[in-house]
Amino acid sequence: MTDLAIETHGLVKTFGATRAVDGVDLEIPRGGVHGFLGPNGAGKTTTIHMLATLSTPDAGTARVLGYDVVHESREVRRRVSLTGQFASVDEDLTGRENLRLLGRLFGYTGGAATRRADELLAAFGLTEAATQQVKKYSGGMRRRIDIAASIVVTPELLFLDEPTTGLDPRSRNEVWDIVRAMVACGTTVLLTTQYLDEADQLADRISVIDRGKVIAEGSSSELKASVGSGSLHVRVMHPADRDAARDVLERELGVEVRTQADPAALDANVESPALATRALTALDASGLRLAQFSLGQPTLDEVFLALTGHHADAAPTTGATGTTTTQEDAA
Amino acid sequence: MTLEATRSTPGAQTSAILSALASTERPAPPSALSTSLTFGWRALLKIKHVPEQLIDVTIFPVMFTLLFTFLFGGALAGSTEEYIQFLLPGILVQGVIMITMYTGTTLRTDIEKGVFDRFRSLPIWRPSALVGMLLGDAVRFTISSLVTLTLGLLLGWRPGGGVVGVALGVLLLLVFAFALGWIWTFLSLLLRTSQSVMGASMLVITPLTFGSNIFVDPATMPGWLQAFVEVNPVTHLVTAVRSLMGGVDAGGSITLTLVWAAALVAVFGSLTMWRYRDAH
Repeated sequence: MTDLAIETHGLVKTFGATRAVDGVDLEIPRGGVHGFLGPNGAGKTTTIHMLATLSTPDAGTARVLGYDVVHESREVRRRVSLTGQFASVDEDLTGRENLRLLGRLFGYTGGAATRRADELLAAFGLTEAATQQVKKYSGGMRRRIDIAASIVVTPELLFLDEPTTGLDPRSRNEVWDIVRAMVACGTTVLLTTQYLDEADQLADRISVIDRGKVIAEGSSSELKASVGSGSLHVRVMHPADRDAARDVLERELGVEVRTQADPAALDANVESPALATRALTALDASGLRLAQFSLGQPTLDEVFLALTGHHADAAPTTGATGTTTTQEDAA
Repeated sequence: MTLEATRSTPGAQTSAILSALASTERPAPPSALSTSLTFGWRALLKIKHVPEQLIDVTIFPVMFTLLFTFLFGGALAGSTEEYIQFLLPGILVQGVIMITMYTGTTLRTDIEKGVFDRFRSLPIWRPSALVGMLLGDAVRFTISSLVTLTLGLLLGWRPGGGVVGVALGVLLLLVFAFALGWIWTFLSLLLRTSQSVMGASMLVITPLTFGSNIFVDPATMPGWLQAFVEVNPVTHLVTAVRSLMGGVDAGGSITLTLVWAAALVAVFGSLTMWRYRDAH
């Protein structure tokens, strides 16, 4: 038995003229959480579909838990599980029916399938919602039933897809706790996410994927080191002051200060909090009034900019990532 | 990172999840039949939760039977009572074949919602999700048949084959409908939207049902059309169902129907599974 959960060499998947996955090499050890970070359309989902035997690679090889995904697909399917966008539950059925259905498909007899379903519903706080159709569930409940459906038989490797997108902070923390509990039980988790802070919270190591290729790999602190210790976000009170504020910040910080789509917003990578404090004091001294400021973790977009020289969302949706991050910070 | 204060108390929940995960029980892998039946059970659950999907199976047959009986009855056979003796087994076949079309659109919707990705990721006999779906559909086809038969009896249809003949006719129809279903599963894996599946299905179904002996005896048709009707599997099916229900000798039509059904499963079942491997 190999100690690698996932091992790929030159994995390629093309759709027509698009190389959705363009030569991915991965070596992911067993145990813990491995983050798979990248914008929409980077090739995350396509890669995971191949690893989970849902589609066949056009070139390259992949071994999951020591088994070849093409030639030993059944062995792979016995050991892995998928959640969320990768593999949904049936919205027309109730939570209990979904879990019983999966229990039966794994070979539990009727009574045992029902017992397992009820045990999972209780563990995930869904007992009261057991007889409701899943389509009536809230976002947090939906995420919990997705995860419960993935562990009807405890998998050795779980593909967890953007588990907290669109969740309120409380539900997000619940999901994070669930993931930590699974890791404590020895399950390896491959987490895809668009949020650096989620990868930061959960993942031991992170692969950054962009345009079908792995462009960086390391712990979250290693990745963040590539973009400075953090980023300063500033909103001036009057948009007319923005250029003046930008000049002051560039002088004090000694780095490029970026403007945002928001006409009052500026942000910049900073080496240390002390430097940020000095820059803010200088702004105050020049009489430029601020609506708000914050010193935060670099966003995925900033990591991308540093690693690739282009924004994470090079596609038409420029600004979408920024908006999402702002909403999350505001929440 | 900014909201540590809102953390719920994870203790109790985490330990419940831990104990749920600790279950290392791995039941013996179920048989292909067992998983197929489980998927059939899923189809029944869906009928329970979304009973609206039974509207088509009840309204279609009623509409067809009434329309065609009264539209053609007088002109073709002198009276509606005469005509329904000929038409009813055929219109029963037409109703069920029309409804099989929904199999494709249902599958397309399931795939779009990602439900099938989970099924495909399970260590089970791969076709069982589709076989189960088609088995569940057999329940819808049976309901449709019962509606048509009841309406026919009310309109004066008197089958000479009795209860047994009628039951055998319905059974043969269900077997053929199951086989035909594989064309729709293949189309829905080939085409990307429910609308295009529906459109393509209509293109197949219209000539299959109207270019047959459902409505009239092919003797009056031009030669080229007769040639098509002769090879149309629906013609053999209708002849077989008509004979079984009428209590007369079906000749080779039953065998021909079963051969067609087997061929459809072999060809479109294989094509479906070939597309299913990479479905998305």
